[in-house]
Amino acid sequence: MRVGHPYIPNTREIREQMLREMGIASIDDLFADIPEKIRLKRALKLPRAMSELEVKRHMKAMLAKNKPFTQMLSFIGGGAWPHDIPSHVQALARRSEFVTSYTPYQPEASQGMLQTLFEYQSMIAELVGLDVANASMYDWASALGEAALTCARITRRKRFLIPKLISPERRVTLQTYVVGPGLEVAEIGYDRKTGRLDLSQLRAQLGQDVAGVYVENPSYLGFLETQVEEMSDAAHKAGALFVVGVNPISLGLLKAPGDYGADIVVGEGQPLGNPVSFGGPYLGIFACRGEMKLVRQMPGRLIGMTTTLEGGKRGYCMVLATREQHIRHERATSNICTNNALCAVSAAIYLASLGPQGLRGVAERCAANASYAMKKLNAIHGLKAPIFDAPHFNEFTLNCDGTRMSIEKLNSKLLERGIQGGISLRREFPELGETALLCTTELHSREDIDRLAEELEEIVGGQR
Amino acid sequence: MSYQQARWTEPLIFELSKPGRTAVSLPEKSPEGVNIPKKLLREQLGLPEVSEPQVVRHYTRLSQMNWSVDSGFYPLGSCTMKYNPKICEELAALETVTCVHPRQSEDTVQGALELIYKLEKYLAEIVGVSRVTLHPSAGAHGEFTGMLITRAYHKFKGEEQQRTEVIVPDSAHGTNFASAAMAGFSVVVVPSDARGRVDLDALKNAVSDRTAALMLTNPNTLGLFDDQILGITDIVHGAGGLLYYDGANLNGIMGKTRPGDMGFDIVHYNLHKTFSTPHGGGGPGSGPIGVTRELERFLPVPVVEYDRKRDHYYLDYDRPDSIGKINGFYGNFGVLVKAYAYILLMGAEGLTEAAETATLNANYIMRKLLGVKGYELKFDSGRPCKHEVVFSAEPLKRETGATAKDIAKRLLDYGVHAPTYYFPPIVHEALMIEPTETEPREELDHFVDALKAIAEEARSSPEKLRTAPHATAIGRLDEVKASREPILSWRMHKKSRPRMPTSSVEIIREMRARS
Repeated sequence: MRVGHPYIPNTREIREQMLREMGIASIDDLFADIPEKIRLKRALKLPRAMSELEVKRHMKAMLAKNKPFTQMLSFIGGGAWPHDIPSHVQALARRSEFVTSYTPYQPEASQGMLQTLFEYQSMIAELVGLDVANASMYDWASALGEAALTCARITRRKRFLIPKLISPERRVTLQTYVVGPGLEVAEIGYDRKTGRLDLSQLRAQLGQDVAGVYVENPSYLGFLETQVEEMSDAAHKAGALFVVGVNPISLGLLKAPGDYGADIVVGEGQPLGNPVSFGGPYLGIFACRGEMKLVRQMPGRLIGMTTTLEGGKRGYCMVLATREQHIRHERATSNICTNNALCAVSAAIYLASLGPQGLRGVAERCAANASYAMKKLNAIHGLKAPIFDAPHFNEFTLNCDGTRMSIEKLNSKLLERGIQGGISLRREFPELGETALLCTTELHSREDIDRLAEELEEIVGGQR
Repeated sequence: MSYQQARWTEPLIFELSKPGRTAVSLPEKSPEGVNIPKKLLREQLGLPEVSEPQVVRHYTRLSQMNWSVDSGFYPLGSCTMKYNPKICEELAALETVTCVHPRQSEDTVQGALELIYKLEKYLAEIVGVSRVTLHPSAGAHGEFTGMLITRAYHKFKGEEQQRTEVIVPDSAHGTNFASAAMAGFSVVVVPSDARGRVDLDALKNAVSDRTAALMLTNPNTLGLFDDQILGITDIVHGAGGLLYYDGANLNGIMGKTRPGDMGFDIVHYNLHKTFSTPHGGGGPGSGPIGVTRELERFLPVPVVEYDRKRDHYYLDYDRPDSIGKINGFYGNFGVLVKAYAYILLMGAEGLTEAAETATLNANYIMRKLLGVKGYELKFDSGRPCKHEVVFSAEPLKRETGATAKDIAKRLLDYGVHAPTYYFPPIVHEALMIEPTETEPREELDHFVDALKAIAEEARSSPEKLRTAPHATAIGRLDEVKASREPILSWRMHKKSRPRMPTSSVEIIREMRARS
């Protein structure tokens, strides 16, 4: 007997029997309505089917050409941050009841996912200091795009202000997102000494046409904005919404944006228990104040708490679906349907596991490591770290104008020594000179940072 | 039939909290302090404090109250809930995937770039397009990208101001309308004809020099292949518009026909449907799109290219006509790894066998259910369907008052997930059933028997349907109240007390008082 396919339980024999019972001569009869002209009359040109063992061998060999940060010391961050993921977080998030379920359209049979997502929303709400967070977006960049569109819908205005010092990924994604309604995105400059957003420029740009003001805290280049209250006041005075972008780990230490006037908070939820995985899947955070004026304009899925119809038991279900595409069609607040729910599950379990002390502990280690690294690197002749005179969280700038080396050269010398240096900012911000963006997290030990400093000392010193 | 889902009275994680508990241990602190002024620091953080065993038990119990493909049959129409091979999960969890940073130097990510490059090629061959981008994070994201490319194309031709309309059939997925609108188009709806196809005369009337594109899924949401497809593409192309293919329904035609050969210019894929990457309770998915040669210049940046001489893969950002970027990096790489593995496991023959079996299984259900009193086909009965079949339960409603929703909820008691219901809107009391190729015949028989039994119950004991489900973790919820007085977080809940039973103890007390 011919052996069947491992994932297709109806063997050829069973299929033939089914066809016979249905009075159908051949499987091809089920495709007879496809016009002759467009029937594919050859096999698809794909590699031959492989066994699981062969696929494992082939793919492990191919992927071994990648160099994970577990095999080399790395200081890359910039919008995706490697962190330790506790074993039980991974084990729970990989439970196949979560992994192989669909959007919880039948709440009675999907309470597990619904309650977990409600807990995710709740913990993000605590973290950012706002009442409402949705059940996830794709990532930070697309969440920012959606935030701009949300501001425009609420205010019926068409200008959106962003800082000049923002990651190119987020800036370009935002530009792409606002093409539809034709919003104008304008950049606000920064103070050359501290990196901070230029308040007077912001005030000058704020007019009756501004839908939203966006700032990042910590900023893309790692320094902290120290005048967020002033920015929030300025935005609100002009009738604009105040939107803050965050690395959620920093909120283990830093003041919640909701406490300094943020109307909307977006951010990258990846560091909350999700691996960096070459850029995705990540977790777009999207939160807002509890006012219904805002909530009704929010994109994405929301899970709410309710009771059973007979009233006795607490339960959870999707709510305010009239904002969404499957009900509202072209008048929906967004087209988003499939989101990144499983990444939100990981984030919920991660945050529940860390608690306030744990998250504070992780954030402190990230910041303390950066602080130590800046001190060590800045002591090296020809190097400056950071370039801005401001408090930093876990990322910072390293400038090598004082050497005769370009930042790319410096990075490639480091790579030769098995260290992945920072992100070169030369193309992104040429005015900053030969500068890179480096990141430390709790994964870095003191010895790791000492090693970076020693290697840099040698590279730069050997040059003199 | 005997099914009972786990039924824990599981409080919220916040309600398990006690000061000082934690589920993690951290490495020793660096002696350098944190160098951040006090005024920037927060004073309190309202996260729960729980230990590891509590976290594990809590989320394990919650997972047990969640239906999944691994629990049982999940015939949710248009969602292609097929089995997801475990090997794909194992490969996506390799350190050479999870611990690779998107901004590492190109030399250190050659394996990732090679996988992307090859997966693009395989996907292009499967639907017959010239080039694919893997950036979009989900199906709707792919639609949005496709609509932005449509815009860029007409702009390139100097017709951006004029071509402002996107045509969508009345049977389309809701995302189509929303994606077109999000890209700035106005939506023109065309009706279906008596056989559930696009009404050709209506389409002829709808197209004009304002037409930017037609968005279409074929097989359509009735599961029927639109055999007038070549006429449709002629009409739209003749008017200067593009054809966009919604790939949600690709599973029934792989290896049999290709959207590119039908004349579509832009095709999206749902890797989390057709290519068996799991849905994760709503995501992450992956919604690549493929385009004709003419549209390649508009694809999002960066594009992965291969330098044969140096045997080197690289990221190409130098694409002046690109629409830009639609998310942070290069798409959901962790999902792409699973789809790549799946294609290698299946090969051309396996993918065709999947399409044939998925179609056979849907037709088998159609034949078995046809003639069962209470259910009927609205369009073109007897014609073979493809990946899914849409029945109307209108006769049963007329006869007994039971709705499609009642039937769907009652199915849960039979250990089967509900089909999609009330969609597509052109079928009253719709039950949209997609069995996929990964179900054994026994399961299909059980499903049909359950629908027959439920029709009988609707006549003999209608209360069983109206109050269903009974075997799930919880009974029917007050969804109206949930939206009218929304409680969207623990913070809001605390403010809204005491409208709701608050702790497990109270819930149990109330339940006891009631019984």
